[in-house]
Amino acid sequence: MKAVILFYSTNQAIWAENELKSHELSCRLISVPRHLSSDCGYCVQIDAEDKEKATDILTANKIEFEKIEIL
Amino acid sequence: MLKDRTEGGVIYFDNAATSFPKPQCVSEAVMHYMTKIGANPGRSGHKMSVEAGRIVFKARKSIAALFGLRNPMRVIFTSNATEALNMAILGVLEKGDHAITSSMEHNSTIRPLHEMEKKGIISLSIIQADKTGILDPDKIRKAIRANTKAIIINHASNVVGCIQPIREIGKICRENGVIFIVDCAQSAGIVPIDIDQDNIDILAFAGHKALYGPTGTGGMVIADRFDFKRIKPLKYGGTGSLSDKIEQPDFLPDRFESGTLNVAGLSGLLAGSEYIRHRDGGIERILEHKTELQKYFIQKAEMLVEDFCCFSSAQLPSTGVVAFKLNKFSVSEIAQILSDEYGIMCRQGLHCSPLAHQTIGTFPEGTLRFGFSIFNNKEEIDFAVQALKSISEGKQT
Ligand SMILES: Cc1ncc(COP(=O)(O)O)c(C=O)c1O
Repeated sequence: MKAVILFYSTNQAIWAENELKSHELSCRLISVPRHLSSDCGYCVQIDAEDKEKATDILTANKIEFEKIEIL
Repeated sequence: MLKDRTEGGVIYFDNAATSFPKPQCVSEAVMHYMTKIGANPGRSGHKMSVEAGRIVFKARKSIAALFGLRNPMRVIFTSNATEALNMAILGVLEKGDHAITSSMEHNSTIRPLHEMEKKGIISLSIIQADKTGILDPDKIRKAIRANTKAIIINHASNVVGCIQPIREIGKICRENGVIFIVDCAQSAGIVPIDIDQDNIDILAFAGHKALYGPTGTGGMVIADRFDFKRIKPLKYGGTGSLSDKIEQPDFLPDRFESGTLNVAGLSGLLAGSEYIRHRDGGIERILEHKTELQKYFIQKAEMLVEDFCCFSSAQLPSTGVVAFKLNKFSVSEIAQILSDEYGIMCRQGLHCSPLAHQTIGTFPEGTLRFGFSIFNNKEEIDFAVQALKSISEGKQT
């Protein structure tokens, strides 16, 4: 199962991708899935099981995000 | 012999205005963006736009690392140091505030401050530096009033290359709850700066000087601990975020970064900043090299050029910026001869800093200025000293 992290701006999305990768979490930038709306063009896809770990990393780095949705 | 070593057969000593040559990786990075990436960052979801966004992010991260900043979103890109200083000054100061600055400021600081004073928005104290251009922190402390909101100081002089004790001045700011804004246009890339330890709240830098990026790059950097909402945005507009709202976003960097960024320039700035950060010996070595060139030039010219009159120090650590003149000639005359007959590029006059020239006693004529870069060497300085000697003795080539 996958999850996506939605952001308010692409700056945060790219920063998040960078931080998650540096913690060796598997992730990638994808366009926002159609059923979720976000103005930011893309979001970060992760494995659903990494949700908590990802939240911790984002919080520790003060990277603001809108929400995490399980797909 | 010199011709092989320098770009286009010239000796470029105008690095305090903008650096030249740039490291090859800088022009390659610009070219790579222009030919391979091209897209607008943060506006679309396609691959090219994402790639452009990654470049901008890496540039923010590199600049953050340069200044010891943790949150890269606190790096706000602007088109030059002037825009960053205007953002900080006009963004922070409000009706009834008092501000303190120095007699060593560039017009990019003193003009917006003077304008606000003239319009009756703020009151302003200008602290006089000594003849060598150095400020006494104690004088600054004594100028603080109950309504002092900000102190704005030029870290390294674009006229004489001297470096101010910003850590000490910053400490005074912290103790008094005053916002410390530092103009690092001349120091970023030469003097090690730690935004936190140096007690800076907001700094402005130029990307095109000692960071070796292209012209049209610069930025405002906001310290991790500083409440950025104390800075009002100067520009409002499209950010690619919260497009459903007509409100300006209040998060960083979008609060201050409306409009399409200069991604070509930032590609080059990223390359330049990484080049500087990973150079052997780091920034500390760059400062040593600049100080060494400055000292070498001054001592050599004092020895060989009879009417050489210098306003920069040969003792103190400095950014490699020397103000001087030859007493028997006008500065514009010499600059012209140096350029036309010797291929030496330098800047004469007031260097956008009338108060600094008043401080060192060279107003209104100004001086000549040599500004050295990491690519300059003693051989070039020897050649320039010989040129000055010939001019001074009236035997030009
Ligand atoms: C001390 C100082 N402040 C500000 C500036 C303005 O920089 P920019 O030309 O990038 O706006 C300069 C350079 O011209 C400078 O030397």
